[in-house]
Amino acid sequence: MGGDAVVAETVVLAQDDLPFPPSVEDFYLPGLFGAYPWITKFTLLVWLAVAAIIIFFLVAYRKPKLVPTFGQWIAESIYGFARKNIAEDLIGHEGVRFAPYLASLFCFILLTNLFGIIPFIQISPNSHIAFPIVLAVISYVLFNYVGIRRYGFARYMKNSLILPAPFFVQPILIPIEFVSTFLIRPFTLAVRLFANMFAGHVILLVFTLGGVVLFNADSIFVKPISLVSWAMAIALTFLEALVAILQAYVFVVLTASYVSGALAEEH
Amino acid sequence: MELLAQVEGSLSAVGYGLAAIGPGIGVGIIFASYIQSTARQPESARLTQPFVWVGFAVVEALALLGIAFGFVFG
Repeated sequence: MGGDAVVAETVVLAQDDLPFPPSVEDFYLPGLFGAYPWITKFTLLVWLAVAAIIIFFLVAYRKPKLVPTFGQWIAESIYGFARKNIAEDLIGHEGVRFAPYLASLFCFILLTNLFGIIPFIQISPNSHIAFPIVLAVISYVLFNYVGIRRYGFARYMKNSLILPAPFFVQPILIPIEFVSTFLIRPFTLAVRLFANMFAGHVILLVFTLGGVVLFNADSIFVKPISLVSWAMAIALTFLEALVAILQAYVFVVLTASYVSGALAEEH
Repeated sequence: MELLAQVEGSLSAVGYGLAAIGPGIGVGIIFASYIQSTARQPESARLTQPFVWVGFAVVEALALLGIAFGFVFG
C-alpha cells in the first residue's frame, strides 16, 4: 500500500516540476530574440560551426611550415584522412577532386554532432531533420550530377538500373534498383544522421531528468538510485561522442561510395 | 464490462523493442564477419573496413527508422 503511494507521488512530482518523460516538444526551442522568432539556438549553432571551421582552416594554413605546428598538424590530418582514406580508397584515383567536399562535409557534420555533448550547448542542430535533409540533398545532387555528366542521362540510368541478370528478372530488378538508388539513398542518408542525434539527445534527457525525478522521490530508498541514473548519463555522453564521430564518418563514406558507384564503368 | 487490466499511453516503446531485434542481429553478424575475416587474413583489415561501416550503416538504418516512426506515428 505504502509503495503505491510513493510511486504515485513520484509521477505527480515529475509532471509538475519537470518535462518528464522527454518528448519531441523538447527539441523546439524558443527564438533567442523576441522580435525574430526564427533566430533559434540551432541557427546560431550552424553559423558558429561554419565560422569555426573556416577560421580554423584559414589560421592553420596561413603560414604553412615544413615542420607543422599543432594546429596545422590537426588540419592536415583531417584533410589527409578525407583525401587518402575516404576519397582515394573508395572512389579511386579520380576521387581526389571530391576530397575538398568530403573534408568540408566531414568537418561540418562532426562539429555539429559534437555540439550535442559540449557542455552548455548540448544539442546538435542535426537533431532537427531539416539540417540532415539539406546535407543529404547536396550529396544526392552531387552523385547524380557527376554520373550524368560522365555518361549522359540515358547511359547513367542504364548503368545504375540494369544489372547483369537474366532478362526475366529485370521487371522486378529495375524497380527495386530505382527505389533503392534514387529514393531510399537520400532518405536513409538524412534519416540516419537525424535519428542518431535525436535518439542520443532523448537518451541523455531520459537519464538526466530521470535522475532528478528519482531524487525528488519521497522514499529514502529511491533517492540514491538517482546517482546511478546520472552515472549512466555521463557514460552515455561518452557513447554519444563515439556516435558523433562515427556518424560523420559514415555519412562521408556513404557519399563517397555513392559517387564511386555513379562513376563506375559497369556493374 | 468490468475492466480487469488496462494499458494507457503508447505502445511505441514496445514496438521499437521488437523492431530493434532484426537490426541488432544484423549488426552483430556484420562485425562478427569482419572479426572473422580479419583473423583469417589480417592484411585485409584495411581493405574491408569501409565496407564494414557501409554495411553497418545500411542495417542500422532499419533500427533508426523504427525510432523515427515511433515518434511520427506514436
